[in-house]
Amino acid sequence: MELAEVSGSLAAIGYGLAAIGPGIGVGLIFASYIQSTARQPESSRMTLPYVWVGFAVVEALALLGVAFGFVWAGKV
Amino acid sequence: MIGSTIGLAADLPFPPGVEDFYLPGLFGAYPWITKFTILVWVAVALILIFFLAAYRNPKLVPTKVQWMAESIYGFTRNNVAADLIGPEGIRFAPYLCTLLCFLLVTNLFGIVPFIQISPNSHIAFPVILAVISYVLFIYQGLRRFGLRYFRNTLILPAPWYVQPILIPIEFASTFLIRPFTLAVRLFANMFAGHVILLVFTLGGFVLLNSDALFLKPISLLSWAMAIALTFLEALVAILQAYVFVVLTSSYLQGALAEEH
Repeated sequence: MELAEVSGSLAAIGYGLAAIGPGIGVGLIFASYIQSTARQPESSRMTLPYVWVGFAVVEALALLGVAFGFVWAGKV
Repeated sequence: MIGSTIGLAADLPFPPGVEDFYLPGLFGAYPWITKFTILVWVAVALILIFFLAAYRNPKLVPTKVQWMAESIYGFTRNNVAADLIGPEGIRFAPYLCTLLCFLLVTNLFGIVPFIQISPNSHIAFPVILAVISYVLFIYQGLRRFGLRYFRNTLILPAPWYVQPILIPIEFASTFLIRPFTLAVRLFANMFAGHVILLVFTLGGFVLLNSDALFLKPISLLSWAMAIALTFLEALVAILQAYVFVVLTSSYLQGALAEEH
């Protein structure tokens, strides 16, 4: 007797797992930015470029997941 | 109208894949002229015409177009080049401004109706842009410090016993991972954005065509999501253009900085 049948690609689950880390990372970056701006509002313009750079670097991991998901989609 | 779109949608390939990015050549004899080639030419032409027209007849009190061109250049000069690289970074402002404008226009092609795809969703275009930035920052470092540049970059002030670990890490992060992530970040953002829009737009047609009656109204939700995500894509397009320029200038700053 089959209890459950799974069909389709596991890649979606893999990508979901892969997105946890960058999700936490991006959250931390913006949390720190909001905190630092709340403590010292005049520093907001100074730190903003670093926020975007940090955001882009962390987010790259999630995007690599998207790209490689397609790159390796055909190979089993 | 609706009937024809459904008939068209019936043979749309539903789960969108990599094949959707390989567009056929527009002219039979020249297979290399695809939509992407034309879009890159259009982007270059648009930027050229815009800046030439804006600065053809400069006024002391700027007109609207001149004001727009001046604020774009002023933003890259003051907020990116001067703030991130330092006073000496102003000489890179023309390159950074050109890069920002080119990326902005090509990225925004991804959401312009009837164009709907960005040339940057093909890895070839981001790779060339990343290679230009890579060569530029290494060249600047070498020109200022000579071979000492490599010692500045690779050897950080740390106890000698961590250096065997630190030097390979620094080498990989500066000379291997930087150009790779610079290219892949832009590519993956544009690629993923296009796939997401395809999923929701084509998914709407698939739901509308489905046999189950209760699934048909959900297609409206799918299209609403497609519209909402188009706005998100606009944000991503602008953000990625900005991030590419900011990272290029921060690499330049690292290459030109004094020794640690």
